[in-house]
Amino acid sequence: MNSKRLMIGAAFAAAVAISLTACAGGSSTPSSTAETSAKTATSAADLGGMDALVSAANAEGQLNVITLPPSWANYGAIIDGFEKKYPSIKINSANPDGSSADEVSAAKAQKGQSTAPDVFDIGTAVLQQNLDLVAPYKVANWADLPADYKDASGKWYYDYTGLMSIGYDSKVITNPPTSMKDLLGSAYNGKVAIKGDPTQANEAASAVYLAALQSGGSADNIQPGIDFFHSLKQAGNFLAVTPTQATVASGETPVVIQWSYNNLAWGAAGGTSGNPDYKTVVLPGTALGSYYNQAINVDAPHPAAARLWEEYIYSPEVQNLYLASGAYPATLAAMQSAGTVDKTVLATVGEPPASFVQLTADQATAAAALLKSGWATAIG
Amino acid sequence: MVTSTVVAPVTPADQTRGAEVSTPRRRAVTWLGLVPFGVYVVLFLAVPAVLAIASGFFDGSGAFTLANFAAYTNPTILQNFFASIWISALTAALGAVFGAIICFALLGTRPDRMLRSAVDSASSVLAQFGGVMLAFAFIATIGAQGVLTKWLVSIGFTANVFNNFNGSGPLLYQIPGLVIPYLYFQIPLMVLTFMPAMEGLKSTWAEANATLGGTRFTYWTRIGMPILAPAFFGSLILLFANAFSSYATAAALISQGGIVPLAIRQQLTSETIVGVANVAGVLALGMVVVMIVLMTAYSALQRRASRWRR
Repeated sequence: MNSKRLMIGAAFAAAVAISLTACAGGSSTPSSTAETSAKTATSAADLGGMDALVSAANAEGQLNVITLPPSWANYGAIIDGFEKKYPSIKINSANPDGSSADEVSAAKAQKGQSTAPDVFDIGTAVLQQNLDLVAPYKVANWADLPADYKDASGKWYYDYTGLMSIGYDSKVITNPPTSMKDLLGSAYNGKVAIKGDPTQANEAASAVYLAALQSGGSADNIQPGIDFFHSLKQAGNFLAVTPTQATVASGETPVVIQWSYNNLAWGAAGGTSGNPDYKTVVLPGTALGSYYNQAINVDAPHPAAARLWEEYIYSPEVQNLYLASGAYPATLAAMQSAGTVDKTVLATVGEPPASFVQLTADQATAAAALLKSGWATAIG
Repeated sequence: MVTSTVVAPVTPADQTRGAEVSTPRRRAVTWLGLVPFGVYVVLFLAVPAVLAIASGFFDGSGAFTLANFAAYTNPTILQNFFASIWISALTAALGAVFGAIICFALLGTRPDRMLRSAVDSASSVLAQFGGVMLAFAFIATIGAQGVLTKWLVSIGFTANVFNNFNGSGPLLYQIPGLVIPYLYFQIPLMVLTFMPAMEGLKSTWAEANATLGGTRFTYWTRIGMPILAPAFFGSLILLFANAFSSYATAAALISQGGIVPLAIRQQLTSETIVGVANVAGVLALGMVVVMIVLMTAYSALQRRASRWRR
């Protein structure tokens, strides 16, 4: 009897039919000429100026952003500001707590669909592996970005950096930490958390890099950082839970090593959802920063809105919003010389350090290899 | 499922399925009725499983490779498998024993009464209670700031098992701490799957045992346990698989690796170590192998346990 074969055949036919309809669905983009040119435009001028870009974006009416938590680098205010400024464009914010790798998978998995991300805010290591996913574009104030902060062809450009810092609940930790060594003390038993698994999340890996810089290592040799966390684990001080704004507010994670803009946002600046006793320390000695990159998805379902978003991000008002969260925007130097920087905000956040270490792509690869082989055993 | 192409002469035993004699045409119609379910299984179970495991045999650029299997020479991965297996085995064993005891206690109640149906409905809900909600419930109870933890501190136990386990902080955020939330869904699942078998014990058997001079003890050792054994071990396997594949609860509690599902997450979503996403397929295959070994052992056990029926 062929019934079994028939059933499997029917099943596969149905599977194919379903997947085909899924692919055909929902490309809601209007097919005007502005549309096709927005896809390839490498600057607003290509489209006939800012006004033309705005009207093309308004015609699209949507913008998909991904992995932007509202409490991260002021993205809540930045997204609200965009919707206020361009009321006819609706922002869909997907997977706020995802990683850079999640952004890439979303772009690949949803390619050709209206739900695919339009723009990325992405870590350097993942970006360098996926340069075929991004479209070149240069914002109007391209010259404000230092030469080594951007790709010459406009495929990616730095947006902001924080400094690795220690956030602590001053109710629990009465003496502010002055060095990484302090964290090994008994006052910190079971209290020190990082933002996930360093072999997985860039921010967690950066905590290890900071520990390396502070304990005699360097960007070329992060082994001392892994050793530090091994001692932390041995002392019983390492807390293996992913901290969030909520765990800091409830006191579940009293000490968190993470980017300064996140530590600041979870403290008094967080208002009702923050923890008023939560303070941030950037340790003396070598500081560690790491710029994230802005880039446009080459298959963006809303190409004009994506480009408008980048123009918006690099406008001084939004660069100041980054600054207000404790993140140093990429155009800060140009803004300081042009006088467009919000001076009161800069005074609160503090001048950017004259120099901080940022791992190059090669150093990050070498560091990742060390983490891959040594991290799990260090905290195992 | 094998359907023989030769239609055997219909024996009386074949007619138990329905009132009418099953003819080849009728059987074809029956198969047709299965198609929606078949499509569902293929689309949502078979295809994803095959794709996930197949991904382990390719590298990042899509070329065939066996290099991903090098993961099994990594002591960390092996340790993760070991931790996954022991935690699943422990919670399955504890869940099965406690669940069976609850079923035994429930046997004493009237099946048509409130209590039995209340326990039944509660088990159905709690057996599916997992992930972030379950994690949060336990964080609020026995986390560093949990109600129970705080209460223990307030009555003088400043360092108790919940906030200082093994000298490294809260128990809940360490691998052994997973046992507590896992048991929370394992026990109800056992009650759910094992109760029908318990209810199948006929009172006439107990009467026969008593008539022939047996004690309660001989009733359980000679009649009850042998009859229940296949169902018990079947439930045990189900509980093991349930804990073995649990991801969301562990992910919400533990930021580092430690068990296989978390290792798979690490490989799939890493932004620091790029190009290891395909190793996840190899780890998934490892999990499937563990389950196949268990199922094989189970069916051998099943054959042995049901010898008395033949």
